[in-house]
This record gives sequence, structure tokens and C-alpha cells, in this order.
Amino acid sequence: MPDYGARPAPPSADKRWKLVDATMRKAGANAHGLIETLHTVQQAFGFLDEEALRYVALSLRVPLSQAYGVATFYHFFTLKPGGRHTCVICLGTACYIKGAQHLLDTMQQTLHVAPGETTEDGEVSLLTARCLGSCGLAPAVVYDQEVAGKVDVASLRTHLEKWARHDS
Amino acid sequence: MTPEELEDIAQRERETQREFPQRVNVCVAAGCLSCQSDAVKEALVKEAASRGLGDQCQVKGVGCMGLCSEGPLVSISTGHLYQHVSARDAGAILDSLQGSLVEQLLCPTDTPFFQRQKKIVLENSGTIDPERIEEYIACQGYHALVKALTEMTPQQVIAEITTSGLRGRGGAGYPTGLKWSTVAKAVGTQKFVICNADEGDPGAFMDRSVLESDPHRVLEGMLIAAYAVGASQGYIYVRAEYPLAIARLKTAIRQAERLGLLGANICGTGFNLHIELRLGAGAFVCGEETALIASIEGRRGTPRPRPPYPAMEGLVGQPTLINNVETYANVPPILRNGGAWYAQIGTEQSKGTKVFALAGRVRNTGLVEVPMGISLREMVFEIGGGIPDGKEFKAVQTGGPSGGCLPRETLDMPVEYESLARAGSIMGSGGMIVMDETSCMVDVAKYFMDFCMTESCGKCIPCRVGTYQMHRILSAITDMSAAAQDLKLLEELCDLVKHTSLCGLGQSAPNPVLSTLKYFLEEYQAHVHEHKCPAGACGVKMLEKVDA
Repeated sequence: MPDYGARPAPPSADKRWKLVDATMRKAGANAHGLIETLHTVQQAFGFLDEEALRYVALSLRVPLSQAYGVATFYHFFTLKPGGRHTCVICLGTACYIKGAQHLLDTMQQTLHVAPGETTEDGEVSLLTARCLGSCGLAPAVVYDQEVAGKVDVASLRTHLEKWARHDS
Repeated sequence: MTPEELEDIAQRERETQREFPQRVNVCVAAGCLSCQSDAVKEALVKEAASRGLGDQCQVKGVGCMGLCSEGPLVSISTGHLYQHVSARDAGAILDSLQGSLVEQLLCPTDTPFFQRQKKIVLENSGTIDPERIEEYIACQGYHALVKALTEMTPQQVIAEITTSGLRGRGGAGYPTGLKWSTVAKAVGTQKFVICNADEGDPGAFMDRSVLESDPHRVLEGMLIAAYAVGASQGYIYVRAEYPLAIARLKTAIRQAERLGLLGANICGTGFNLHIELRLGAGAFVCGEETALIASIEGRRGTPRPRPPYPAMEGLVGQPTLINNVETYANVPPILRNGGAWYAQIGTEQSKGTKVFALAGRVRNTGLVEVPMGISLREMVFEIGGGIPDGKEFKAVQTGGPSGGCLPRETLDMPVEYESLARAGSIMGSGGMIVMDETSCMVDVAKYFMDFCMTESCGKCIPCRVGTYQMHRILSAITDMSAAAQDLKLLEELCDLVKHTSLCGLGQSAPNPVLSTLKYFLEEYQAHVHEHKCPAGACGVKMLEKVDA
């Protein structure tokens, strides 16, 4: 049984915990604020590690199992750090009809990773999206937050080579 | 805020607009932004400034103009539309405000894509700056709210919505007026209004476009709803995957609060509503209302049995009204023009208009708003411009993973809730994906089953295990390793999952399979008996494509 007495101290002196604390305060420091808080943690740190989950669970007074349950239920949350670059391939219906699976297969073969994984050198994370809502531009790919439309294998390869040369 | 003050703001804004004899509107909704329309806007602003046109020519960012596939789109005050604009066209576009048009960029607007539409929800989309409340007010924005608060009782508001015949635009089509009156009659210590903006259907982007192009319209709809049902707290549950929509909603909420149109004692009438955003975290099942409520409460998004319905016991056990983005967006024009006006549009059972996200193998892809009752043929071949590359039309998919694939024979069917359901699909939230002869219908069914299997929350067994088993059979069929009895087993599983699942996700998960079995059985049989894929998409051929 965790100690629910005092408010726990942040895991480190890292200033980003102040953002997390602010979100929890705003949400009333109870279980209802769990998802909002995890969003803030992921935005600040890039992913959710055990330390963060323990701290959030204790602060919001929810069992760690519930925090872990929520963190793993929702696709948006990730428990692993991402690569230096991320490539999100949209697998929405419009993109699928226009060959997104083919793009994904190409990426898997080129990078030797499965969707959701990061290359061994920590350079590129390969992710898939349910739908970006950019169906008019299908197939769509997000390179480091930037959406590109009407992507084909050639432009995908060009982008990977650009990353490999450390151009961006 | 009194009606007079509101009219003052509108008047001032209209005068400011008139001071600019020339106007250039650049689409800055997500579709065009991903083709760098922000750079186009910047180049236009810079070019206008360097020519000293600052006080004559207004360059502004506006919401979605619809034809996303031809973006970035720019419209000018002469009424012409330019497509595929890039930053280096800025000079030529400014020249064309007085001189001759830039022929090579011109996008014809006398086509069915533009002419066949009827815009109610999207009336301001592509013409106003979504980040300025004054522009919304100048287009009669918040007039419906002030009218409701100062001239109408909550009962009158509900009566007007009931007269309009508006039905839920999230997919199921429940009568909005009835839902509102249930919540209004329910007893609780506090009532809530929730806007469902968790647009999870792959292939649908209507709600995102509305939120990005005209966020105040949704806030106004929620405000009117809250007044009608007696709620004082509102939430907008929006996908975290829509950062631009989130940013514009936040701006809109701040602006409305500053003008006293949102918050405490709205318009001095003693009516209060606070609206907060809640970010979804990527779970399709959260579109289901009880799962959505669980998610707002910070829990895993798993549904619970209904009744009690959220209208009686929703968020924290209190009466809660949940409507979709597009439903709320329809409310202000209904109150401004009257329910009877709205009821004239559409068909007997489906009133008004519907926004569709037209995509897939069709020439014109983008956002369209059409009156209910338009035929699928008009949608695909007139508005959509037909199938590109000389290919043959095969099917149109509506309703996403909960809907079905409709074949050529159904093309003359009107688009309305009942007829789509009779044909084995659903209206859904408005995704409409066109497929040509290169799409294998078994593969498409497998694609949707993969979606439902992954998105199943795991709470009830029929959905959790059933979707997995159906996906396994569909995979075997596309791998050419299925046996003849598998088709029968697949049908049985469809029946079981449809009738025994807990929530809408599981109950509708078999629809893509059932509709393709009904209309494209020969494709299934070709895979099973002849080990070949008529569309050439499955099995060994797929691998060859990857190597090429």
C-alpha cells in the first residue's frame, strides 16, 4: 500500500516536473486528471518511464496499476524513448487504398524495424497512424512533425537519405 | 454583451473589411498547410508590404476551401480560385488582382464539385479567419446565442431543434431534439455538455476541418445546447492527433471568454458555461459515449452497458449531453433561420445537409457539404469527378470500420440514414472512400477487421475474441490458404459478434465483412476455390510489388 500521506517530491530537480505539477494542480490533483497529466509528461519528456508513472500515480492517488493501465491502453502514449527522427506512416483507409501498406513495407525492409520500434542506432523511429485526417493528400507521411502528402517510395527513400546525411 | 453590442462589433468588423478593396485568402487548414500554404501566405504578405499595398490589400489565412487534393488553395477578391500555389507565385497573384488572371493556376469553380454543394455547416469555412472572433461575429456569429438567451426559453430552443429534424451527425443519427429534451428533464446536481471531437474513423476529417476553419461555430452550438439543457460545464474531447484544431479551439475559447460570451454570467443573463478541452489519446473506442466519459474521467476508455444512458447518468454520474462536432455546428444556423427552414432541406427522414470527406480513388478529394438525399452516383461521378487513370469504379465505403462497401448497383440510392442502413452500411460520421478495380474487397474487409481487432478495448469477449478470429480467417483467405468451410464460419462469427457485443464498436465490426460478402461474394470464392485474387492485390502478387 503506497503512502498516501504527504505529497511526493518530484523524482528529480528537472524543471520539467514543474509543468507536470502544474497540470496536476489544475486538474484538481485527483484521478480524473490522470490522462491530462500523462499528456504533459509525454510532451515534456518525450515518453513515460516507470519513474514518471510512479510519481504521477502517487501524486494523483491512483494505484500504479491504473496509471500503467491507462498508459498502455491508449496508443498515443509510449513507454520508450523515440529516435532522433520519427517517421509516421498513415494507415487510414484513403492512404491504405492508395498504397500506404507498400510504403510501410518499404520502410520496414530499409530500416529493419517493425512499426513502433526505433533503429538500433537511435536515429529513426517508425510509427503508424490510424488516420491523420489528411485523406485528400493520401498517402500521407509525417516526417518529424511535418506532414507530407502524396508520398511515394522514391520520396520516402530521399527523405531517409537526407536524415542519414544529418541534413535536418 | 447585449444584442446591440454584438451588432456593433459586427458592424465595425464589416467596415474594417470594406476598407480593403483587394483581398487574398490563403487556406491554412491542415490539408493545405501540409503543402506549405503557410509559406505561400508569408510570401504574399511580404510581397504586398514591399509594394506598399498594406492598406489596400488584405492577405489572410482562412479555413478549408474543400478541394484538398489541389492545394494549396488561394482565393482572391475577384472571386477566382487558384490551385497548386507556391510561394513564388505571390507576385503574379497580386498582379492578377487588377490585371489578367494567372491562367496556369486557375481552378475552375463552375464544376459540380463547387456548384452541387450546399453549405450550412461550412458556410464560413474558407472565407473567415478562424483565429479572429470578430470575423465570426461579422458573419452573424453568436447572434443565435444572444437570441436564445434574451428572447427564448430553454423549451423553445429545444422545440426549434426538434422542428428542424436534426439528427446526430456522429453516425447513429439519434434525433437531437429528443436527446436534448431528455437531458433537460433529467435531474442532477450539475449537468454537463460534451462535444465529441474524437474523430477516429480512418478516412474521415470533417470534424477536424470544422474545428480548424470555424471553431466559434462549435462553441456557439455548445453554448446554446447548455442553455437548453441547463448545463454549466462543458468539455470538448478532441484527438491529440489534431494539434492545429486544439490550438484554434484554445484561441477561440479565450476570445469568447474575453467578450463575455463564455464563462460566468453570459450576456448578463446569469447563465454560466465553462468549456475545457480534454485530449484523447488515440483510442477509437472513445468515440462511444460511455467510453468517452470514462476517458474524460481519466480512466481507460472502456464502455459500459446502457441504460442508464449518459443523458440520465453520464459524467461523474450526472446528466450529460454528448453531441458530435458537426451536430453542434448545425445549431446556430437553425436558431437564426428557424427549424422549419432547416427541415425543408434533405429528405423525409434525414433533414439538412451532411459534410463528407471524399477520398480514395476519385478525382476530386476533399471536403464537401451536400443536402441529404443526394445519390451516391452524384457524389462519386459529379462532385468527385469520377475515377482517375481510366479505371473502373468498384465500391464506395461509408461509415469507416462500422460501415460497409457499397457496389455499383447501389449507386442510385439516396444518401440518408435509413437507405444506407438498408443497404448494409451506415451514414457514419461522413467518411466516404471510393475504390476502383485495383482494390480487393477481401483485403479491404481484412483491413477494417485489423482495425477493429486492434481497437477492441477487450472488455467483452465477443468483440475481443471474435474480431481476432474473423481477422485470422480473412488473413487465411487473402493468403489463399482458406478452406471452403471458412466462409461459412466467417458468416457465423459475423452474426455472433454483431448480436452479442457490448458496444457499437463490436456490434458494427462485422459490417465491412457482411457487406462485402453480400455484394462481392465472387471475390471471396475466387480466393478460396481458385486461389487467386481478381483485383491482383493479395497473396504472392503483393510480394512481387514490394520487390519492384
